[in-house]
Amino acid sequence: MGITRDMADMRGKGGGAKNLIINGSMVVSQRATSSTGITTAGYYTVDRQQTEINNAGTWTMTQSDDVPDGEGFAKSFKYDCTTADTSLGTSHYFIHRYSIEGQDLQELMYGTSFAKPVTISFFVKSNKTGTYVCELQQLATDGSYPRSGKAFTINSADTWEKKIITINGNTAKLIPDSNARGMDIMIWMAAGTDFTSGTFNAGNSWTTTANERAGALTVNIADNTANEILFTGLQMEIGTSASSFQHEDFGTTLEKCKRYCYVAPQHLGYTTGTNSATLAPSGTIQFSPNMRAAPTCTGTYTPQSGSAGTFAVASVNYSYVHVYNSSSNWNVVAIVVSDFKADAEI
Amino acid sequence: MDISNAKYFQGINIDKDSGAVSADGVNQGVVATIDGVTMHVPLDPSNTHYAEIQKQIAAGELTIADAD
Repeated sequence: MGITRDMADMRGKGGGAKNLIINGSMVVSQRATSSTGITTAGYYTVDRQQTEINNAGTWTMTQSDDVPDGEGFAKSFKYDCTTADTSLGTSHYFIHRYSIEGQDLQELMYGTSFAKPVTISFFVKSNKTGTYVCELQQLATDGSYPRSGKAFTINSADTWEKKIITINGNTAKLIPDSNARGMDIMIWMAAGTDFTSGTFNAGNSWTTTANERAGALTVNIADNTANEILFTGLQMEIGTSASSFQHEDFGTTLEKCKRYCYVAPQHLGYTTGTNSATLAPSGTIQFSPNMRAAPTCTGTYTPQSGSAGTFAVASVNYSYVHVYNSSSNWNVVAIVVSDFKADAEI
Repeated sequence: MDISNAKYFQGINIDKDSGAVSADGVNQGVVATIDGVTMHVPLDPSNTHYAEIQKQIAAGELTIADAD
């Protein structure tokens, strides 16, 4: 066996960057460690982990310390139902989603005869036993959304279980080679009949038919306020087998997450050097590393004294943001940008 | 995504002597209330908030006011 072959075989066996997921161990949570009253889709707590909700209860999401024994994890992502929905409407759903940039998926060679299978593995724990669905959703270059999913079962209540799912590559559709979304991992936990009434295709082919997507789902995780579900160790690797989770140091994971979300609870201050209502403190915040795209920015001003003024953005791109005070009725020597967040998620 | 109060924001000029700020007349993004939070959204099609704003405009559900 030559050197080239040896190196190729190292992938997925601890020899390289095998996990296509960032923050699969749920250790980075820049936005918050807990968020309550969630009824709409978004990123709320653990970085890179998104929730898709459409009228399926109300949820608290937490970065939890509850983890499987003997696997080396310290954190998990926890969903806790606080308002139940026992009767889902036809188009309603509740999904855990992880999205990957298209340019990071080109080695899968989708859209060619060389398209590679991937294996997704994760640990899950819930009081709600039954059959769930893990789906890959591709965002193809032609604008279509081919999907392929497989069912998995939570067998024992309140017990950590490892699930392994392999999905064949899509030989028919290309993934865009860009910073746009190329693929989603979708873990279905509740769905109305728009997604369950079809015949589930069992993950060996790709389809755009919506009502097959969650055809194997037997649970509605939103049907009781006693329900909760936790995930950790999310990993996706090329090939048909799952290896043990690839742990990495916190700093490396944080740097990867900052491409998508940059949070600075209290950033550098800006000063005019004089107490004036006409001179606007302004300055730039540099993103390091550069972000995936120009981010959406939010923030507030904390004044050294007097009125705070109004946080405003003059310009923003993937590398930096120029902020200033746009209020006409403030009077401070210096201000500090507080609660600054730049969001370039997908 | 609930989007309201959308208005363009512009770049600024800062007078090098006085430090006074004035708009430079070039739209740089949209400031809007999104899911209850004031957000500054760049004019970048790769930004998911801007993509959603464009989607709602196309559907006739949202308009963007001119900058102040």
